[in-house]
Amino acid sequence: MDFPKELRYSKEHEWARAESNIVTVGITDYAQDSLGDVVYVELPAEGSTVTKDETFGVVESVKAVSDLYSPVTGKVIEVNDALIDSPEVINDDPYGDAWMIKVEVANLAEIKELLTADEYKQFVEEEK
Amino acid sequence: MELKKTPLNQIHKDLGARLVPFAGWEMPVQYTGVIDEHTTVRTKAGLFDVSHMGEIFVAGEKALDAVQMLTTNDASKMADGQVQYTLLCYPDGGVVDDVTLYKFNEQRFLFCVNASNAQKDFDWIKANAGGIANVKDASEAYAQFAIQGPFSQNVLQKVCSIDLSSINYYHFKVGLIDKTGAIISRTGYTGEDGFEIYISPEYAVNIWNKILDHGGSYGIKPIGLGARDTLRLEMGYPLYGNELSKDTTPIEAGLEKFVALQKNDFIGKKVLESQVKTGIKKKLIGFEMIEPGIARSHNKINNHGRQIGEVTSGTMSPSIGMPIGMGYVETQFAAMGTEIGIEIRNRVAKARIVKKRFYSSKPVCKK
Repeated sequence: MDFPKELRYSKEHEWARAESNIVTVGITDYAQDSLGDVVYVELPAEGSTVTKDETFGVVESVKAVSDLYSPVTGKVIEVNDALIDSPEVINDDPYGDAWMIKVEVANLAEIKELLTADEYKQFVEEEK
Repeated sequence: MELKKTPLNQIHKDLGARLVPFAGWEMPVQYTGVIDEHTTVRTKAGLFDVSHMGEIFVAGEKALDAVQMLTTNDASKMADGQVQYTLLCYPDGGVVDDVTLYKFNEQRFLFCVNASNAQKDFDWIKANAGGIANVKDASEAYAQFAIQGPFSQNVLQKVCSIDLSSINYYHFKVGLIDKTGAIISRTGYTGEDGFEIYISPEYAVNIWNKILDHGGSYGIKPIGLGARDTLRLEMGYPLYGNELSKDTTPIEAGLEKFVALQKNDFIGKKVLESQVKTGIKKKLIGFEMIEPGIARSHNKINNHGRQIGEVTSGTMSPSIGMPIGMGYVETQFAAMGTEIGIEIRNRVAKARIVKKRFYSSKPVCKK
């Protein structure tokens, strides 16, 4: 199980990567592994607004449906539409090609409220 | 309540399976992944631990009479060594369970029943047939495996004493598997050629490992309940608890070919007969999605904004690569090709009614 150091994590199993005021969001390696084969994803439209701890989309495996929760608040400036046709990328490369949305955030401090890699790893271990 | 464990429980863990509670049992839902396992069964061979299934014997001089009264299909037409898909119904036509019936001879039958219904079925059979036949719950005495997929016979033959090519579709024989007695039937729940075997639990681990060892060159893999569900759904096979329940009849579920109205009285006959004559209010249909989205059980089915039914099963079909499902709709909307709406998370996605048999595999061996 992979927990890249440079990312921040939510307890809903999303990761966030901040570059100045742009935050890229996806789901974690643990999340994709728990879901199993991802076969469907719904993402918000470009220009829409996402809110911290509220749902911004859905990811489905063969068996299960799982909501996606935004780790930050802001405006969606880019959506990874390639995932719609190739949702399996979420299993193959959760921290890379399977990024989901890029969010322009107003309050960068939100990032600091998220878990570090070590904290998230510990959280996952306790959840198992 | 503590979950029951099959003899393979530790083996599943060692194989890296994800175990989940199912019908009171701790069962493997997947090993490598549902899609990979599904494809393995469609193209090679898969081994399923289905030891959670129940086994109930009905025996005695009046065993056939007892079976005829309990079931919808006509057991008097069965030859010794034949298997029949059949249903147990309540007097109102609702389904107690759907089962496979094994005929050893006129005086000895075996019901293979769903795990979720095993106790209920035993109580039902005992209450209704206990007066004229011996009814015995033998579930503890058997572990059960399914070997499914085009290479099933090649693999199983390596550990089996009898010539498997001599077992026709929906027939069985008693023989030796790895030197222990087994019931071996050419049956399954996947749409592929294959076998189901019933063995003593104490030999289960050994036989499981041997089948996987011998099947290695054929690409055999262990298969979990996740793929079992997608495989049966692609074939349009009903699952008790989804398509079948006490609130649905075999006629509504489209299973009329397993209801023998010409035979003498059986439990539920009156209602089923009247449904065949005067029609049904709801009917089980298959559908494929036209718009994006995966239907899931209990999603509402609409027609022009009015609810006309409910989804019973839905998934992304690994073989077809598109979302499929089954559900009940009011009969007037059940025609092939009808466009319906599926309510998925506060929106309505278009779907089209198609044949329930979504996937067409190569025909099974019918010698």
